Parts: sequence; C-alpha cells; structure tokens
Amino acid sequence: MNAPVDPKKLIKGGLHDWEVVVGMEVHAQVSSRAKLFSGASTEFGAEPNDHVSLVDAAMPGMLPVINAECVAQAVRTGLGLKAQINLRSVFDRKNYFYPDLPQGYQISQYKDPIVGEGEVLVDMADGTAITVGIERLHLEQDAGKSLHDQDPLRSFVDLNRSGVALMEIVSRPDLRSSEEAKAYVTKLRTILRYLGTCDGDMEKGSLRADVNVSVRRPGEPLGTRCEIKNVNSIRFIGQAIETEARRQIAILEDGGTIDQETRLFDPSKGETRSMRSKEEAHDYRYFPDPDLLPLEFDQAYVDALAVGLPELPDAKKARFVTDYGLSPYDAGVLVAERASADYYEAVAKGRDGKAAANWVINELFGRLNKEGLSIEASPVSASQLGAIVDLIGEGVISGKIAKDLFEIVWTEGGDPRALVESRGLKQVTDTGAIEAAIDKIIAANPDKVAQAKEKPTLLGWFVGQTMKATGGKANPAAVNALLKDKLGIA
Amino acid sequence: MCGRAAARGDVNSVNPNELTLAEARDALKANRISARELTQAHLDAIGKARILNAFIRETPDRALAMADAADEKIAAGEARPLEGIPLGIKDLFCTDGVITTAGSKILETFEPHYESAVSANLWRDGAVMLGKLNLDEFAMGSSNETSAYGNVVSPWRRAGSDAPLVPGGSSGGSAAAVAARLCLGATATDTGGSIRQPAAFTGTVGIKPTYGRCSRWGTVAFASSLDQAGPIARTVRDCAILLGSMAGADARDTTCADLPVPDFEAAVSRGVKGLTIGIPKEYRVDGMPAEIQKLWDEGAAWLKAAGATIRDISLPHTSYALPAYYIVAPAEASSNLARYDGVRYGLRVPGKDIAGMYENTRAAGFGREVKRRIMIGTYVLSAGYYDAYYVRAQKIRTLIKRDFEAAYASGIDAILTPATPSAAFGIGEKASADPVEMYLNDVFTVTVNMAGLPGIAVPAGLDGQGLPLGLQLIGRPFDEETLFAVAQVIEDSAGRTKLPEPWWA
Repeated sequence: MNAPVDPKKLIKGGLHDWEVVVGMEVHAQVSSRAKLFSGASTEFGAEPNDHVSLVDAAMPGMLPVINAECVAQAVRTGLGLKAQINLRSVFDRKNYFYPDLPQGYQISQYKDPIVGEGEVLVDMADGTAITVGIERLHLEQDAGKSLHDQDPLRSFVDLNRSGVALMEIVSRPDLRSSEEAKAYVTKLRTILRYLGTCDGDMEKGSLRADVNVSVRRPGEPLGTRCEIKNVNSIRFIGQAIETEARRQIAILEDGGTIDQETRLFDPSKGETRSMRSKEEAHDYRYFPDPDLLPLEFDQAYVDALAVGLPELPDAKKARFVTDYGLSPYDAGVLVAERASADYYEAVAKGRDGKAAANWVINELFGRLNKEGLSIEASPVSASQLGAIVDLIGEGVISGKIAKDLFEIVWTEGGDPRALVESRGLKQVTDTGAIEAAIDKIIAANPDKVAQAKEKPTLLGWFVGQTMKATGGKANPAAVNALLKDKLGIA
Repeated sequence: MCGRAAARGDVNSVNPNELTLAEARDALKANRISARELTQAHLDAIGKARILNAFIRETPDRALAMADAADEKIAAGEARPLEGIPLGIKDLFCTDGVITTAGSKILETFEPHYESAVSANLWRDGAVMLGKLNLDEFAMGSSNETSAYGNVVSPWRRAGSDAPLVPGGSSGGSAAAVAARLCLGATATDTGGSIRQPAAFTGTVGIKPTYGRCSRWGTVAFASSLDQAGPIARTVRDCAILLGSMAGADARDTTCADLPVPDFEAAVSRGVKGLTIGIPKEYRVDGMPAEIQKLWDEGAAWLKAAGATIRDISLPHTSYALPAYYIVAPAEASSNLARYDGVRYGLRVPGKDIAGMYENTRAAGFGREVKRRIMIGTYVLSAGYYDAYYVRAQKIRTLIKRDFEAAYASGIDAILTPATPSAAFGIGEKASADPVEMYLNDVFTVTVNMAGLPGIAVPAGLDGQGLPLGLQLIGRPFDEETLFAVAQVIEDSAGRTKLPEPWWA
C-alpha cells in the first residue's frame, strides 16, 4: 500500500493534492439456467413472478438445494482470477427484513467463501499496467425487485430475480483513480465473458458494483471510506468516484471529518447522497445456514474445470504479440472481447498478422462502432475480410480500392475475389495503359509540367490526376516511376 | 356365510379403536374389517373427544375418500404397506389443500399447495389422513399450552382427580390422539424432545430417528439443524412400521441421508442378547424423583434379564446440553421465522409503512413463547454476542457429540435413560412459572438432538398417582433397528400400558 504515488493520479483540492483510494465489490450474475438454490429459470425479461418456485417465495418448509453448475461457474471464475479455490466453503444466512427478500435472509458466504485471494492485471490507456488484488469471491442469492411505480397506493414485488446466483467479487483497495477503477471493471468483465461465467450485461443488471471511496494526503494512512451502492455502468462508476472524492476533499479541507456511511450515486444530479449511516447499518446476524451442509469438493474437480478453461485475455494478448508481431496496444484492443479475438485470428491465420490487425481494428471496428453493431453481427465475415487482405497482398487491388471493396462487401455481401472481377476493380499494372493516361495529362497541362521541373513536389498532383484517370486502379508504384521518368524528375 | 361377513362378526366384539396399527393392518388384509369401517370408527371417536382438543382440523371427507380408495386397492389385491390405516398428522407438516397452521395464528389461513415429504410417503403407502393435530406454536413448548388453538388435554388423569393434565409437547396433539385411540398412529416432530416427552407423558411410544433419516421438506421449520420427524404410536412395532414409511432419502433436503430404509419391523423381535447397554451417570440429576430412579433401575434389570450387558458410562458434557440447546434452537428459529412477515401468505395486519406492517403482523401473529425465542435467538446472533453465545454453544454441541461417540466406540450399543424428569403436570401449573422450569422438561432429551442421534421413548410403568412414565433409549447414528429391538424388550417386560378409559367420550 506504500507504493510511490504517481502525481498524475492526484486530485487537486483547494489547499492540497489528494489521493483517492478505491476498492470494489462487484456483483456478477452467474450464467446458469437455474437459480442458485431452486430449479426456477433465470431467463431475463419474463412477466413479473413467472420464474418463482416455492423455494424462491420462501413457502413454509421449503429448503434450498445447491445448483452444481453455479458452483462450477464460481470455481471457473476463481481460476480466471488466479485465485485460491477453497475446497470447503460455508453458506451463511444474512438476516434482514425487506419485502423483496422472502426468506427474511439472504443465503451468502461470510467467513468461508468458495474463492480466496487472487489478482487481476489491468492495462491502462497510457500503456502502463496495474495489478489489482482480489480479496475473495463468494456465491450468494440475489433479492427480488420492489416496484413502487405501478400503483398509487401500493408497492408490488417481483420475485423473478429472487434466488438468482450472484458472485460477489471483492477487490483490495488497490485502485487510485476513477480511470483505474473503470479499467478494472472493464477487465474483470472481459475475464468473466471469456470464461462464460457472467454475461457482463450491465444494462440488464448482470454486473453491478458497490464502490468504496476514501481520500488521503499522499503518504498518509487510509481515510474513512464511504460505500456507494449499486452503480450500474462503467461510466457511472467513474463519475461516482470523482464526485464522491471531491465531496470528501471539500469536507476535509473545510476541517470536517468523513462519516463512514452508505451512499447512493444519482447520475442525473451528479451527486452522491447518504443512504444510511454507520449507526443505522443493519446487524445482519450472520450464521451458518443449517439447511445446507458445507460445500465440499476435491482438487480433482477443480483440476477438471481448469482443463476446460478457455485461453484468457492476458495469455491471448501475449500470444498475439509473439505470434503475429502486434503491438501490445493492438493486441489489447483485439483481446478485449473473445469474439473480436476469435474474428481476428480467423482473419490473421496464414496472412500478415499486422495487416490483418489494421483491417480489423481500423476498418471493421470503426464501421461496427459507427453502426452500433457487435462483432457477432458484422455483415463482413472473417473469411471475406481475409480475402480482401489477400487481394491487397497479392497486388490485385490497392489499399484504396480495398476500402471501396470492403464497403461493397459490407452493404451487398459477396465473394471479394469475384467482386473484383465483376466490378473491374483490378489494379492496372499494364504500363502501356498508364503511359497513355500520363501522356494525355502532360499534353493537357504544359504549364504544370514546366513548374514541376522547378518544384518536384508537384509530382503528387500528377499522381492524383493519373489515378483519377485510371479510376484508381493504376498500380501506384508504376505511376510514380513513369511520371518521374516523363517529367524528368530525378 | 360369506367369509368376510363371518370374519367381521368375529371382530365386531372388538372395538376397532382398540386395535394396534399392526393388528388393524392384518385385519384389513384378512378382510375382517374394511378401511371405511376402521376410518369411520376413528372419525366417530374423534367426534366424541373434542374436549381433548387434539385436532386443530378434522378432515373426514378426505379420510373417507382415502379409505374407499384403500378398500379398492385391498379388493384388487394391491394393498400397500399402510393401506387403509387412519393416521393423524401433526399440523406442522404441510398438507396439500388442507390448511396448515403450525399451531400459530400467523398461519391461520395458510393453505399449502404441496405435500410434505413425510406425509406424502405415508399416502404413497396407502395411509388415510384423519386430520391435523394440535401442537405447541411452531413446535415451541413442552406442554401444548403455547398453541394458538388452545391447549390439548391429556386423556390421562391422576388417580382420584379430575384436574386436567398436559399431554406434553410440542407433539401433544399427536400423543393425546394416539393415547385416546383417536388414530392408530400419528406423525410428530422432535427438536429437543417433542416426540419423546409427550410419548412418555401419555404412555405411548415415540421415536425421534437419526437427524437426516426423514426428509424435512415441507415440514414447517423450527430449528433446522435439530428438527426431525418421527412417529408416535401405541406399540414399538407400530412405530417401526410407521417410521419405515416416513423415512427415506430426498434430494430436496440436502441434510437428508441418502441411505436405504431398513426393515424396521423385522428388527423389533431381534432381542437384546449380546448387546451392551450404557447407563450414563450424568443423567442421575439432583432432585430426581425416586420413582424415576426406580423405573430406570428396573429397565436396566429387564434388559439384563433378557441377555444384555449393563455398563455404567459417563457422558461428561451432559449438563451443558440444555443451556446450549436454548441458544442454538432459538438462534435458528429467529431466522427461520423471519419469512412470516405478512407479505406473501398468512396473517397481515396493516401498518403505516412496511416496518409498521411487519411489527403489527408479527405482534398479532406470534404468541408469547415464540416471541420470547425469536428475541433470544436474535440476541445471541447479534454482533458482539455471537461468539460468546452461538459459537460457544456450537462447541458444546461438538463436545456432546464426542461424548456419545466415545461411548459407542467403547462398545456400547444403546444408552438407557429416563425420558423425562417427572410425570405429566397439570395444565397451567408451569405456564406462569419461570420459562426455564418448562425448559427443564427437555433435560434428558435435548442431548440426543444436539448429537443428531436416534432416541426412542417407551412406556415402562406408572407413578404413584397412576400416571405413565417412560424410559428413553439412545442409539448409534442410523441404528434405529437396535432401538426398536431394545424398546420391544422393555415393552414386553413392563407389559403394555393400560390406556385410560375414555372419560371424555
């Protein structure tokens, strides 16, 4: 915790510079068909209370039965976080009253979580990387949803989410800026999606974060923290940290003290406000759930899951740098989503890796972003893009024509090689035809020809005219050579 | 002239209510009585015994329909193990389409749409449901005086006295109904002695099997790590027959053992030759009535006479069991009963906001004893008290379990103790006293729940006032068979207790 402070990360107060310290509890919904302790479906978007079993509604005499797939998902996630997997863990009851908590307690893991310490390597935009410690990961039930806007007098409760499995992933307070916090959640989400253990869809609430924020003068001990509950987008996480840090700095510089409390971030007002103070904090009366035996499995079970894990983003990135000669930055962009990385590899296979990366990152991602499409919905397939890259490499088309061809494939589809033939996009390397075009231009522009002898940079104008005359299909190297020769430029 | 009619003529001299379950089963099989006749006889007996308040709800229509279905099965030669046997169901077991109250006002209107695993097993085997039996509210009590539906009156009275007595609890309705011959057997549950103590008070047999022998699925929870279902019946054999149907693996209860159910009835006649019975000195508590000590000595003598070896043993942590139990059980109960919040089912008393609704509902819905235990449980789990109470109680629990393990490892097959420190007491006698005095009823039984072991209470004689007294046998985990074998020897030696004449009818 006493690493040298990077001055760039400090926040300027009225009087001093301040360091913000952030730790996060990320709640990730486990990808599973059924809930953590009941057979009810987890499908999103059903009518209220369509996916509620007797267990989820806490009917008298109902008992929880652990869903083995949720356990496997938690172990996979732990392995993806390079974390200690605990072969024995315990489910506890966290007791509190709320209408969307039918049992009157949440089944969670308190003292003995399924996953212990791990770490996440986070790449920052400036090319540096930080390591964020993971303190633990535990399994717990989600609550239902209270609906206060359906009736003027009454509140309704939807229990579809009640009992859905969540992984709570607790980081150490290793983050020192809102940028780091955002990058951490982004990376965590990438890892979860690679593993297939959480879809990471923040709009559907599949990933939410409780953000612990404190500030201190550099070198001083940790300040009092406030917990900002349930922030549900990466952008809001950044905003909430900035807002909360500035609020705390203002109080401290005014000679005040920070009260430890739970706060909510209101994105529309751009402020955090108090939800409950430490004195109002619940006493959850945790104790081991007597309906459930301790969760135990052996190392062989963990090993079998480890064997089935996909290549994770850090390893894939390193491999892209080594195997395809990519810059770490480009490799990082490509591995951010497993589908992008797979697409890239399909394009790059047997081709120039760098050229493939340029096409995927600049042309394809650019166009997808513009249209708001995911890589899965790309109208240009990896084999089509690969063919375009091949056509450039073979000198059949120029880079410029290739962009036109990409556009045609994007809108109309089709085999790029056949399109080059049928649309007459082939690069002209026949010097006779190029020469004829050049001769015409020279004849029509005697003044420019004269000027060019004085000012060789005018060559560019002639190149442009030649390309225009040939419909862009002339081989640029041939055009250059012929023009230099005819204009007498050395 | 038809064999059936002639055979019935034979049995007509016998009151069908006086049959044991095993005898009734054989009579049904032999067509000496029909399931409908047997059921009707019990419904009639129930109708005449309402003063005992053993039933919260009678289900005569369902009973007769089930009896008719049983008669069809018997006629078709497809009789199942309990075909046509009329039973009472403690109102803690959820019954599909029949209101299940747990003895509480908060569940006064609660009609489950599911059947508890234990009762479903009984119906699977052909049994007939007569109705839902009274109990202490949420099974919290030792006298059946905490029921929101009124106390149960024991069919027993002291010699020469009309003073109403408690049947024990929490399965007081079950014990009273069985003793009064209102049903051939009953389901019950035992968290700290709730099967064995009422059985001992009413001269009936009750077994709490090993924790995990019966599924808890669909039984209203009191203290999940201690609750276990079992039967109360008039003979050891009847209990063995009932437990054979009630028990069994259930994937819906992860604490339920994935073990086959032995032939318990076959174990009844095994005898005790070669068995070693332990007599734990710690159960010789201060102030124990001489009659109880005498009964205990007598029980040991019977077993010795039947070929068992009697050996003194020590279970050193016994005295800590009761206080530890009254931490663990309320702690779990305080959490288990949180679901009765007025939101989804059961009683709802409106309030000015959600907290007000919770408070009003739970204030009106729970009785004093339940509230007391919720408060105790909430307290012992609170931040700052958890380690001092709950964690220490769990450590004691481990030590108690080790005491028993050591005894069994030393060659003990079963342990003999008194079932209760006294005979039944009068209604109201202890209700107003210090609640701890009531809790002392469980002193001989709670250890068994804390250790998860099987325990059986079997009648062994009467006290000076003519009230029944019971002995308890404690067995190895999942060795109910030995308990049945030993209990049968006690039953045979003591002679079947003559149940009270129906003064109530």
